[in-house]
Amino acid sequence: MLTKERYVDTFVELIRRASAELPPDVVQALQQGRDREASDSLARQALVTILDNVDLAKAKSAPICQDTGTPVAWISYPEGISTRLLEEAMHEAVQVATAKSYLRPNAVDTLTGKNTGDGAGRAIPFLHFEEWDEPKVEVRLILKGGGCENVGIQYKLPDSGLQAGRDLEGVRCVVLDAVVQAQGKGCAPGVLGICIGGDRVSGFSESKCQLLRPLSDTNPMAELAELEERLLKEANELGIGPMGFGGRTTVLGVKVGVLDRVPASYFVTISYMCWADRRAAVSLDEEGAATWLN
Amino acid sequence: MAELRLPLDETRVRNLEVGAGVELTGRMITGRDAAHKWLLEEYREEVAPFLEGTVIYHCGPVVRQLDDGSYEFVASGPTTSIREEPYQADVIERYGLRGVIGKGGMGLKTLAGLEKSGALYLHAVGGAAQVLAEAVKKVERVFMLEEFGVPEALWVIEVEKFPVMVTMDARGGSLHTEVEDYSKAQFEKLLAAPA
Repeated sequence: MLTKERYVDTFVELIRRASAELPPDVVQALQQGRDREASDSLARQALVTILDNVDLAKAKSAPICQDTGTPVAWISYPEGISTRLLEEAMHEAVQVATAKSYLRPNAVDTLTGKNTGDGAGRAIPFLHFEEWDEPKVEVRLILKGGGCENVGIQYKLPDSGLQAGRDLEGVRCVVLDAVVQAQGKGCAPGVLGICIGGDRVSGFSESKCQLLRPLSDTNPMAELAELEERLLKEANELGIGPMGFGGRTTVLGVKVGVLDRVPASYFVTISYMCWADRRAAVSLDEEGAATWLN
Repeated sequence: MAELRLPLDETRVRNLEVGAGVELTGRMITGRDAAHKWLLEEYREEVAPFLEGTVIYHCGPVVRQLDDGSYEFVASGPTTSIREEPYQADVIERYGLRGVIGKGGMGLKTLAGLEKSGALYLHAVGGAAQVLAEAVKKVERVFMLEEFGVPEALWVIEVEKFPVMVTMDARGGSLHTEVEDYSKAQFEKLLAAPA
């Protein structure tokens, strides 16, 4: 039965998986990065430590990173399901997961500076809802670390300082600029979720949604697939490397989405995800049986 | 990798250079945004002995309290250091710190402070919360837990072979400046290349 308790239990496990286990495509990209770096380099040492850490977190079922981030989830549900119930269940699941140390108490009252203590707060977790035709509920979760969130950025084109115009060359220019600005501060090697177009809100929303795509997929739009490939190659030529120590592995993946815009605006929005690219997904059928995705 | 015992002596610190891998053993303290501001609002006598000669670790850990009331670090990697740039050099000088552990590097004010006071910026691998929690052997005590909450409190910890890299030294050297300059030059080159 799809009761609130069933949702809470499933969401707690979803959070545990996201916090302690990195998706296989991300692990593979980190391994490829390690093998690309010169032996004895700081870059290679950093990636060796990162991969040791990934194994250890999984074995101990403990957070990969102590900054367990903002839980952001995209929830698809069939007609007739209460989104208010889903929201309450996710809120409660965050509190349970925090009590179990899957998450750090990570919500702070912005005005008083006081930690709420239980991981939940205003807009934490942050949820997106979409009704769909499928009979099941699907939840896709990311844990978005604060360090990498701080290096996310939104450009508006044209940008005269960078001489970036309103075309894909301009997009390329500002994305590379964002990677240079970030240096190692977003915990490189990161993943770039990008949105071209939209407004200031929908742009960031779509850029984060791009982070749900597996690193190995190919963009169905040919011109964006080409742009992703080019940006991945060029970002890795910047020499920033893991942690900003210098090296060949600055970015693990680039994912670009596009939204329409009003004539006056041309935003390019970049969400930077740290190497601890924590995402997990689950599907719940009408009986409440869970299928783990990813 | 060189092994260093905490507290550190000034001569040893001044002889270490950017690029050196170091393993730290001994007592250190965590402190991040709220702590740095608080340490400069007035001289905190009760905490001062836990800062002198050792290093401050920019870290907001996940902590578990055990049945006997003691604490255990569950996950404890570094946080981004640059947010402490306005405070760091003064905190180092005022409390006699010999170093800072964090991630992402710091700016020119801190670099000058390292040289003046004889201290190091030590980079831990960001996100490596489990590897680094394994190196934390004991939580001795905690300051400002009630007021600041778990991530922002000042945790006094015993570490063993805690792995870090010197990325800013007491001679004006900074790996972060080098990498930033290089990446900016590469960026210019990429933009100049025909599409």
